[in-house]
Amino acid sequence: MSPSSARYLPMAELDALDRRLIDAFQRDLPLCPRPFAVMAERLGVSEAEVLARLHALQQDEVLSRVGPVFDHARAGASLLAAVSVPEAERDAVATAINRSPGVNHNYAREHDFNLWFVMTAADENQLEARLEALEEELGRPLLRLPMVEGYHIDLGFPIPWDELEAP
Amino acid sequence: MTRLSSHLLPPQARTASLRLRALLERGLPLTERPWRALAEQCGMSEGEVLAWVERWQQQGMIKRLGLVVRHHALGIRANAMVVWDLPDEHVSEVGRRLAAEPAVTLCYRRRRQPPEWPYNLFCMIHGSHRERVLAALDEIVGRHGLQGIPRRVLFSHKAYKQCGGRYTHEEEP
Repeated sequence: MSPSSARYLPMAELDALDRRLIDAFQRDLPLCPRPFAVMAERLGVSEAEVLARLHALQQDEVLSRVGPVFDHARAGASLLAAVSVPEAERDAVATAINRSPGVNHNYAREHDFNLWFVMTAADENQLEARLEALEEELGRPLLRLPMVEGYHIDLGFPIPWDELEAP
Repeated sequence: MTRLSSHLLPPQARTASLRLRALLERGLPLTERPWRALAEQCGMSEGEVLAWVERWQQQGMIKRLGLVVRHHALGIRANAMVVWDLPDEHVSEVGRRLAAEPAVTLCYRRRRQPPEWPYNLFCMIHGSHRERVLAALDEIVGRHGLQGIPRRVLFSHKAYKQCGGRYTHEEEP
């Protein structure tokens, strides 16, 4: 399901335990046979409660998953690409991009280059083949913006709960 | 840096570890023994699975292990990609300084693609509202003396897709 279809979740529906769970475990999930039991102990609740909360958060699309975030550069090949399309064709082109193998992010942005996506692949050859195939399908040139140097690449940032509750 | 130490392993082990990676990209099953469940699906023991994950963490291939939040669902909806055209000799230093800003959630240098795209430094600023994001950007520009640097702010207004990377040759679901 696409994130844009997620229902709006008022912050009030995330209680103190949900927030503590998110704050404490965006990183450092215990690496042991029963990680949820260890998390539960740290939070002072039962393992079943932690699992129920994680299920619910995943159901509500607050969590995309529980697991590892791989380093793009080491895990394989990836590239940020953009394409400029007439606004009337944007949804259709975005759908074609989403169908393309390896695409993991795809956003409309306010610019002449109005569609931005990340293409991933097992290696550079596969990546290039995928980009060329997509370029041909779209009949438009892609802006190819490979990463040269990463300074900070991690979306595990602290959630500003107070700001989100403000009207 | 070796991309995957599994290249040195016998084919059977390599296949199993690639299978494990493909499963991990989709996330852990939410059960009491998630690693054992994954182990069963890729023909490993639970201990082997844990050892692989620990090795990948140590190699830096896994950057973090935990809850992957969809910020948009929490109300963090103003997502600005700020792009800058910095002189090449300054881009690394400025990139490191911007990366240290609490408001900056991602920061990296990319290749320019002139003439359409002259920008070489990218950073993301996420917030609940556009005004807050722009205010945070103004502060950053002032603090780091970046007033004269050409920049563009590209807010996103629709997410068509957002999921974890898929690097293995496994078929898409």
